[in-house]
Amino acid sequence: MQAIIDQVHAAIAAQTPLQIRAGGSKDWYGNAPTGQLLDLSAHSGIVEYEPVELVLTAKAGTPLAEIEAVLAANGQMLSFEPPHYGAHATLGGTLACGFAGPRRAFAGSARDALLGVQLLDGRGDVLNFGGKVIKNVAGYDVSRLMAGAMGTLGVILQASFKVLPRPAQEVTLQFELDQDNAILRMNQLAGLPLPISAAAWVGGVMMLRLEGSGPGIHAAQVKLGGEVNPHGAAFWLAAREQTAALFGGDMPLWRLSVPATTPPIDLPGKQAVTWGGAQRWLKSDVPAGHIRSAAAEAGGHATLFRAADKSAGVFQPLPKAMLALHQRLKQQFDPHGILNRGRLYAEF
Amino acid sequence: MISASLIRDLQTLLPASAVLSVREDVAPYASDGLSAFQCQPGVVVLPDTETQVIAILRLCHAAGVPVIARGAGTGLSGGALPREDAVLLGLAKFNKILHLDPLARTMRVQPGVRNLAISEAAAPHGLYYAPDPSSQIACSIGGNVAENSGGVHCLKYGLTVNNVMRVRAVTIDGEVLELGGEALDSPGYDLLALMHGSEGMLAVITEVTVKLLAKPERAQVVLAAFDRIETAGAAVSAIIAGGILPAGLEMMDKPAIEAAEAFVHAGYPLDAAAILLVEVDGTNEEVSDDVLRVHDILAVSGATEFRTASNEAERLKFWAGRKNAFPAVGRLSPDYYCMDGTIPRRALPTVLHGIALLSAQYGLRVANVFHAGDGNLHPLILYDANTPGELEKTEAFGAKILELCVAHGGTITGEHGVGVEKIDQMCVQFRPLELQAFHAVKAAFDPQGLLNPGKAVPTLHRCAELGAMHVHGGQLPHPELPRF
Repeated sequence: MQAIIDQVHAAIAAQTPLQIRAGGSKDWYGNAPTGQLLDLSAHSGIVEYEPVELVLTAKAGTPLAEIEAVLAANGQMLSFEPPHYGAHATLGGTLACGFAGPRRAFAGSARDALLGVQLLDGRGDVLNFGGKVIKNVAGYDVSRLMAGAMGTLGVILQASFKVLPRPAQEVTLQFELDQDNAILRMNQLAGLPLPISAAAWVGGVMMLRLEGSGPGIHAAQVKLGGEVNPHGAAFWLAAREQTAALFGGDMPLWRLSVPATTPPIDLPGKQAVTWGGAQRWLKSDVPAGHIRSAAAEAGGHATLFRAADKSAGVFQPLPKAMLALHQRLKQQFDPHGILNRGRLYAEF
Repeated sequence: MISASLIRDLQTLLPASAVLSVREDVAPYASDGLSAFQCQPGVVVLPDTETQVIAILRLCHAAGVPVIARGAGTGLSGGALPREDAVLLGLAKFNKILHLDPLARTMRVQPGVRNLAISEAAAPHGLYYAPDPSSQIACSIGGNVAENSGGVHCLKYGLTVNNVMRVRAVTIDGEVLELGGEALDSPGYDLLALMHGSEGMLAVITEVTVKLLAKPERAQVVLAAFDRIETAGAAVSAIIAGGILPAGLEMMDKPAIEAAEAFVHAGYPLDAAAILLVEVDGTNEEVSDDVLRVHDILAVSGATEFRTASNEAERLKFWAGRKNAFPAVGRLSPDYYCMDGTIPRRALPTVLHGIALLSAQYGLRVANVFHAGDGNLHPLILYDANTPGELEKTEAFGAKILELCVAHGGTITGEHGVGVEKIDQMCVQFRPLELQAFHAVKAAFDPQGLLNPGKAVPTLHRCAELGAMHVHGGQLPHPELPRF
């Protein structure tokens, strides 16, 4: 860890920007990384994990696969079901990107699971925020501020997060429905006491994942009808990791985060719906401005998730007052502007 | 003191009835739920529109006058304690439910809407709002956001921060911020999370959109008794290790059991050293399955007895004892002081032992109730405020309990907030570097430090002075006490 701290101090002295990286599985995400490599991959390992506390603490460079294997061996899991996007995905990168998988709408995101972080800020100081307990309101919630900040406020060195018992069983049901009706149905079902843990629509089929005890799932199946998909686990994995056919090809991939009840987005291109309606994937070469307007009109925002040309900027531009507030926070945590400069917004 | 000219300016912004400056009018605002701390506010303003809030904040910003926001005034850490030189901004008139969307399972409300009123309005649609702080009849959602309130169901359903989708707030310079939204995330930094638990120091909340959940089909509670605290603690671990995620998991120690039983006759066993209430919820079938598994675990966990509520009336009776634990303890003593530390579950027996030792040292009785699911411990210290010096002794005892929680990997506040009450313990939990970072966050929103000054985050100077006090004369205060 000392080497990492030393490198930040050296970068401050030389005014050299740094790009934070561990497994390198998310180099393609966000605006292009620039600056000297700050390699976190060796800063790895589970620091503390007692299954009965439902809390795990690990260093940022710890592979997600390692964490998930240890949790699985104890009948537990990461509630937010993060996508890996590559074999070398790490905890730190996942938190910095704020990624979450199919369970997001039903069990929360990375920031919801996050309890505490150890942070190396842009002054080269190591700071500890939050803790290893589920309830904690001492001081501002700086930990959760780091989730999705793309490393622009500090280098996440270590994180503690809440984990959950792994459900005993899962079943995936499928229903032939058009997109309009699938979105309506997903929202109606989410308002009923059913053990649904994921809901998606792609290619004229709505998929529902049920998780829980055997009797609970069976009872829900009787209520819901539909057809059991024997390859349910593979479907959710392909949706999470974007290995499904929809995500392939050269056209830009947009992620639209919108209110769950938003009707199908009226834009040309292939679409899929995840997160019970709250996340829409769009393969389209429509100009960025059109897509961002459509997302904003629906009450959400659009991210240019994967594309060869990111000149339009990856993230939805912020209103003026919000951008100014972001810049002031950046100035406080990274006064020299050396950490992941421009990775989130070009202005900082 | 507040100048007459500022009061006149406020009167131009608001109807005469919404500006209170006469002593008897402002007296009801002298404290929040922590009545041990009192101060007459310089002036109280009661706006009912966001436009008025913006105008008040702009005026105070220009005049350099501090502003303290207040919701329902039920907070337990003095977060809304007034100052003579500050404007107390009461948000009680913001009490309207603006929009309920049953399909999207969201409700947009004004900040003064009561926590319970949200669930009541959602109930006809089979929905509810999950966080349920014990003050939910009275506390307001704006205050819940400011304190990141919890309740007894946090392990499974999360805190306020996990159940709020959007906050609209006004900064001290009158800028309106939209944080979060009706989508599940928003671009840029997670300022929505940052607003939770910020104790009114970053911005004044004018609107909140909450997430509603489907009301579980059924809830069932199992009551188990133990002859040792350690055995009860081990049973909690066994339940979690068994893969059960209880909706509620509450523990009470002997003094709390006795007080509750005498008060509400919940049917608690009086010979037990500790009882556990294990609540599971979900679909009918899930609950039946979980109750059987809880029985199997308790049967081998050393419980001296366990009972499942046979009907809804009995379930509510089991809960009545726990939910009335505070007033029940209140009957044992003229006053009680409620502490709010969180610890890793495994540390419970050690921490309770430490509290018992401190109790003997200070000569003050303690009853303990524990949100065992999320590690949140509420020791209730019994004292008599009319006995000279006893409140001070109680505060010193409470401070030691919080330090004990920190020493065991926990925190000084799980859900009540820091306010003025625990500001000195912040110096124990955080180093100057972290405190500086908190001040930096504050400065990004409120560079002049006008919103709720002096709360939640101590100055480095204050901590340094305390540090000096701690080692004064080469000796810690109370050298007779063991340090954990």
